Amino acid sequence: MNHKLNLSCSTAALAELRSFLQQNQAIFKLSEVDRHQVTLAVEEVCANLIIHSHACNPKEEIHLEVKELNKKIIVEITDKGDAFNLLDYKVPDLSQVIEEKRKGGIGILLVKKIMDEIEFESKNGKNICRLIKNFRP
Amino acid sequence: MLRIEKIKEENKDILRLIGEVDASNSVLLDQSIQEVVQQGASFLLIDGKELGYISSAGLGVFMSYLDEFSEKGIRFAIFGLNDQVGEVFKILGLDRLISIVPDKLTAIASQHES
Repeated sequence: MNHKLNLSCSTAALAELRSFLQQNQAIFKLSEVDRHQVTLAVEEVCANLIIHSHACNPKEEIHLEVKELNKKIIVEITDKGDAFNLLDYKVPDLSQVIEEKRKGGIGILLVKKIMDEIEFESKNGKNICRLIKNFRP
Repeated sequence: MLRIEKIKEENKDILRLIGEVDASNSVLLDQSIQEVVQQGASFLLIDGKELGYISSAGLGVFMSYLDEFSEKGIRFAIFGLNDQVGEVFKILGLDRLISIVPDKLTAIASQHES
């Protein structure tokens, strides 16, 4: 079973990311709604990295690994490049987004609402973001 | 993949979204809404029956028009979303800002409420 994916830094690769996640056996154990939302959260982090950290350069890659541990799903997203620590990112409120007619900025808000835990570490030019979702009893 | 069909019905402009909206194609949704607004739409309906997925890129497009819709008095509603996609709108509370209804008839009926 394939738990790993190398994703090209192009927004066209996001559909491939979704089908990889939807077919993952660990993620498949989540409820349909949770599965959909975890897919969304992972895509939001990857889309952010593709667009902002890698300027949509398809020659660069993001590495993904899905693990199941102690009734949790852990999706580990690794990339090289400018670190984007979403834990430090100040999320806008909705009225601000509407008022400023911003079309972005709410992705990280979704990630924070969907995931149970988020971890971020950056060392030696390698950034690792871990998105963690607990299985519901 | 995203395909958008435009349907004109009396005073209503309907955009049927078929497929998935993500960061690679949300610009298509933006362009379609912009076109119907420029053509003087007074009642815009989004048919989401065949929308399988939407990411923040697509949600952001809807949000960016909310002020303009209310300034121009354009009625706006989304109908037919499946459970999973409907939940995505609820995560951010967009269901309180946008009229999200089960089907087209409900959307049209709610037209007369306010």
